Amino acid sequence: MHLTRLALTDFRSYTEADVPLKPGVTIFSGPNGEGKTNLVEAVGYAATMASHRAAQDAPLIRKGADQAIIRAAISTGVHDALVEIELNAGRANRVRLNRTPLTRPRDVLGVLRTVLFAPEDLALVKGDPGERRRFLDDLLVAMAPRYAAVRADYDRVVKQRTALLKSAGPKGGPKGNRQSREAVTATLDVWDAHLARAGAELLVAREHLVNSLRPHVERSYTAVAGGDRGPAAIAYRRSFGSPVDNFAATHGERVRAAARALREALLEVRASELDRGVCLAGPHRDELELSVRDLPARGYASHGESWSMALALRLASFDLLRAGREDPVLILDDVFAELDEGRRDRLAALVAAAEQVLVTAAVPDDIPRLLAGVHFKVSAGTLTEVPGAP
Amino acid sequence: MYEGVIQHLIDELGRLPGVGPKGAQRIAFHLLATDPDDVRRLAAALIEMTERVRFCKTCGNVAEAEQCRICLDTRRDPAVLCVVEEPKDIAAVEKIREFRGRYHVLGGAISPIDGIGPDDLRVRELMARLADGAVTELILATDPNLEGEATATYIARLVKPMGIRVTRPASGLPVGGDLEYADEVTLGRAFEGRRLLDV
Ligand SMILES: Nc1ncnc2c1ncn2[C@@H]1O[C@H](COP(=O)(O)OP(=O)(O)O)[C@@H](O)[C@H]1O
Ligand SMILES: [Mg+2]
Ligand SMILES: [Zn+2]
Repeated sequence: MHLTRLALTDFRSYTEADVPLKPGVTIFSGPNGEGKTNLVEAVGYAATMASHRAAQDAPLIRKGADQAIIRAAISTGVHDALVEIELNAGRANRVRLNRTPLTRPRDVLGVLRTVLFAPEDLALVKGDPGERRRFLDDLLVAMAPRYAAVRADYDRVVKQRTALLKSAGPKGGPKGNRQSREAVTATLDVWDAHLARAGAELLVAREHLVNSLRPHVERSYTAVAGGDRGPAAIAYRRSFGSPVDNFAATHGERVRAAARALREALLEVRASELDRGVCLAGPHRDELELSVRDLPARGYASHGESWSMALALRLASFDLLRAGREDPVLILDDVFAELDEGRRDRLAALVAAAEQVLVTAAVPDDIPRLLAGVHFKVSAGTLTEVPGAP
Repeated sequence: MYEGVIQHLIDELGRLPGVGPKGAQRIAFHLLATDPDDVRRLAAALIEMTERVRFCKTCGNVAEAEQCRICLDTRRDPAVLCVVEEPKDIAAVEKIREFRGRYHVLGGAISPIDGIGPDDLRVRELMARLADGAVTELILATDPNLEGEATATYIARLVKPMGIRVTRPASGLPVGGDLEYADEVTLGRAFEGRRLLDV
């Protein structure tokens, strides 16, 4: 698939912007702070309903405005689609697909699919486990949008259950209410059941995803790191019990087995959960383990190796998302400046054939020649096409 | 900001659920342009409500006497009890015109985030109603969202030793929704296809 147009109103630093887009490579260059990332951030938002760098929507609305609009026109081999997102300050956002309002904004997920490479990706390797869990969950939703609901349900159960555990502690729950351990235990069983059910579904999906991702990560790592520096490996580690690798079982059986294991684990840790006021078992504490030559990437890998691993995770995502389907739109936001020349060239070679690639860079010379295409200069929120080759 | 009286009205209206500052302003100016008799009738209805409406001592529904009309209606089947979160959910179930049992209003759902536990709901009153064995089926029609599900599971477990048939309308109700927003056809089907709740 590819974008044919991106139009913004009061999004980040843009009052108005309207960019026609074509398949192939499009480069956005300009000094830092002129609005390059803002542009691709909007594309990412249209695909995922979230920013890759802001946890809240408020910073996405131009200062002084109370509403931002993203319009993305998408062309696939089968049909065209127009996604329109209205970000409202202090009110629910609204989404229209082909001019029809959607009652549930998350129904737009899957219409536009993107893989975004950004400088922040280094945190996938060097950052907290939460970064890697988010990577898996985002990819899961991109692969199968129904997981957006599973993920939201699970997050809510964990919140409720944590609030309940806290209400047994000395400070009480979020509303300052305190309950006896007995009272808490009486309802805890109920939340355990719900946590186990939602958690098991998320968990089994993540495990399946990691298994599918593994060969792609190994291959991409070798391809981008150059030659013999691997092998790179990934593994999913549950925060409780041992992983179930019974591949003969059906998906449903695996989910039920995981739910049982999770419930047992919750009973085991209950006493310490009540002492500490936190949920101690479940996919919100699991880890995606990354390793290079049998050593954990976090803490051991060099800066270059860490970048190779981060790129490998994104490239593997791209491989999985395109398998048997249309290419997602590839976005390379300011990554070439982070890489040495070898990695730059190898990355360029790996992505050059994608249906559509959007590249940003402060210095156009950082972009390998292989990625030649339409070139826009970005300056103070205005875009000017540079005639001829970049 | 407007002067005195009108701003006062806008502030009061703005506190109502589903009415934002703009809506409050629109309603206020609409009332200002309306025939004073109509406005007086509205005001009288509001006052009458505060003076006359109470909550049924048996089921928690809104009532004009000690008990609500449904509890007083002797044609209602005393063997089937439908548990809902709010009085407005009773209205939703009544619209399908097929349910002939009685109701029990919990007054909300379990939600630790909001500091609401079973003791804050009318669960003890429910257990007291079930004690005499007259009720043989309990339908747990709490909202089809996480908190509603958790509340249903909690009650089902409490009731289990009593040997009462516990069911939950499930099929077709949009998950994550409010019971009151389900249309009659969907809700009707959900009641027909209610499933036994195993806990
Ligand atoms: N909500 C907003 N309103 C106005 N300006 C914003 C908003 N959010 C970010 N900006 C501005 O956008 C600029 C950053 O743009 P960005 O696209 O990240 O730059 P770059 O071209 O380096 O990628 C900053 O100068 C910042 O002040
Ligand atoms: Mg940038
Ligand atoms: Zn009553």
